[in-house]
Amino acid sequence: MISRRDFLQVSMAASALVGASGFGNWGRLAAQQALTQDQLLQFDTFGNVSLIHITDIHAQMKPIFFREPEINLGVGENKGEVPHVTGADFRKLYGIEDGSPSHYALTYDDFTSLAKGYGRVGGLDRVATVVNAIRADRPDAILLDGGDTWHGSYTCLKTQGQDMVNVMNALKPDAMTFHWEFTLGSERVNEIVESLPFAALGQNIFDAEWDEPAELFKPYQFFERGGVKVAVIGQAFPYMPIANPGWMFPEYSFGIRDEHMQEMVDEVRGMGAELVVCLSHNGFDVDKKMAGIVKGIDVILSGHTHDALPEPVLVGETIIVASGSNGKFVSRVDLDVRDGRMMGFRHKLIPIFSDVIAPDPQMTALIDEQRAPYKAELEEVIGKTDSLLYRRGNFNGSWDDLICDALISEREADIAMSPGVRWGPSILPGQEITREDLFNVTSMTYGKAYRSEMTGEFIKVILEDVADNIFNPDPYYQQGGDMVRIGGMAYRIDITKPQGERISEMTLLKTGEAIDPAKNYVVAGWASVNEATEGPQIWDVVENHIRKQGTIELAPNTSVKVVGA
Amino acid sequence: MQFTRRETLAMGAGAALMTVLPFRANAAVDDLIAEFTGGAELAEAGVELTAPEIAENGNTVPVEVSAPGATAIMLLAAGNPTPPVATFNFGPLAASQSASTRIRLAGTQDVVAIAKLADGSFARQSKTVKVTIGGCGG
Repeated sequence: MISRRDFLQVSMAASALVGASGFGNWGRLAAQQALTQDQLLQFDTFGNVSLIHITDIHAQMKPIFFREPEINLGVGENKGEVPHVTGADFRKLYGIEDGSPSHYALTYDDFTSLAKGYGRVGGLDRVATVVNAIRADRPDAILLDGGDTWHGSYTCLKTQGQDMVNVMNALKPDAMTFHWEFTLGSERVNEIVESLPFAALGQNIFDAEWDEPAELFKPYQFFERGGVKVAVIGQAFPYMPIANPGWMFPEYSFGIRDEHMQEMVDEVRGMGAELVVCLSHNGFDVDKKMAGIVKGIDVILSGHTHDALPEPVLVGETIIVASGSNGKFVSRVDLDVRDGRMMGFRHKLIPIFSDVIAPDPQMTALIDEQRAPYKAELEEVIGKTDSLLYRRGNFNGSWDDLICDALISEREADIAMSPGVRWGPSILPGQEITREDLFNVTSMTYGKAYRSEMTGEFIKVILEDVADNIFNPDPYYQQGGDMVRIGGMAYRIDITKPQGERISEMTLLKTGEAIDPAKNYVVAGWASVNEATEGPQIWDVVENHIRKQGTIELAPNTSVKVVGA
Repeated sequence: MQFTRRETLAMGAGAALMTVLPFRANAAVDDLIAEFTGGAELAEAGVELTAPEIAENGNTVPVEVSAPGATAIMLLAAGNPTPPVATFNFGPLAASQSASTRIRLAGTQDVVAIAKLADGSFARQSKTVKVTIGGCGG
């Protein structure tokens, strides 16, 4: 067996650009750096197979700002393990200089200042440039899309995913797997999948009635590259009908199904696969556990939990690659496959700095064509923010604080609940908020804002239930989102306790009184998975609130006390 | 009405069990297993139980049991008001000793499979199936 040291040949983009720096000066230092496209793309082609991974784009076709999380806690065996390392600890772990491009791309602190220096990230026209450059080095590189592609923007919602389908088809992926795509409804998903010019994969997508593999989604696809037989096995998000509305795709069943994954690995090995790649939407910790159970996977390209890691994580002889979200990163993995096995790899997580990487003009034109019919609505300014608006974090994000404030004031509620999703770009202080920005953090096919009465006891049941989906020490019971965001109420959470004992000290903020288990409270929320939810669309609720406020200013949220981190 | 000390204690124990362990294995399940095995030792290996980690719909959870060479497999939903689900008996001509069914689960609980193997010994496997209200996927 090759040692990890020989095995790992990782280079990180431009990591040694900055010398010493002082906190607060980083933005200025950043602006002085002459980062170039060549540096970002620099890669000594290695071995005989190249994989290109992009995942969780959430329909972000244009460059955006995206702040990584400050709070991302691991539990059980994953406590303190990547990706549950943030900020300065993350930079120390990977030897990233303060104020460097990698600091800005991979960690949260001093975000506003660095964002002003380094500019926006992502943009599928920049991604196209990167993909084309890799294909220039290795014409038969395999491009794999990890899913959460046809969801997350105004135009994607209005076109039922067609804008993203058109743009991604131009990028020519070789295969894809799925999650939020299914919230378009099974009829629409089937229609698109039937038209895709590449493989739609999911070994765990089953027919719900017969509990057999669904016909439309193949478990795997073979590719012959550089004389190597490569099998790519798809793994869709396992908990689709639980985390998202199952009534929208009742014909399908999912689950981790690692026994079936093992059968598929054995099957493709039996058919002569020399390299087995799993294109996964499991989430990172689930992939880590699966890599320890299923034997024979060489590479897991991991999506769903939106983690961006500058090095693959090694579990046994499997490498796990995490490529971020929202079009912010592309991973390139070159592999040396000989005598029927993976002998070595070289990996690079390429941050898509939109001011450094030149857009591909054809792709820019195609993107603009998708947006043209909606240009006026997209660009309409509905307010301004003086606070940094972001979403990521286990317990809250300022975007969700704003959404919860809107729910409480517009819907006259005591308490607000906003789902713990991880998508949605950030807005810098001083920026205007456009309708596009608002839809980037709210758009979905089940966005109605409900208003109902719940007892204090039931609110606790909800919090306990969601907390167990994140902090269950067994990753197979984790669904990969964050804690439901709560407005109007404070609570204490001990993440080390079992379900039913994590949540305490629930307090109604407007009175300062403890939540009474027997009393009814008016709760406003959105994104219910229940069919026939009634209420206005969440984006209308938030737009009304922002218009009334004019300029958004948010106080830091201190209402969740976290114990056991 | 008067309670003896013995009756009062028994009631107290019953109430505690109800509140602390709403959906966990209870004495009735142990009795059912003992009845099936005649009190024999239970091995870890020999029976495979396939069930989802989290139920997509608690009203109809697909469960599969398999035990090569077994003559019978008993399936229990340990936390249901009526734990026995089914006992599958396999004759000498059975092509495979496996069965699948769908069960209703009252809440998060352990599903248990006990197989009587060809040599007369017994094997047990259990799996926790979560029934959740869901709703917040990333």
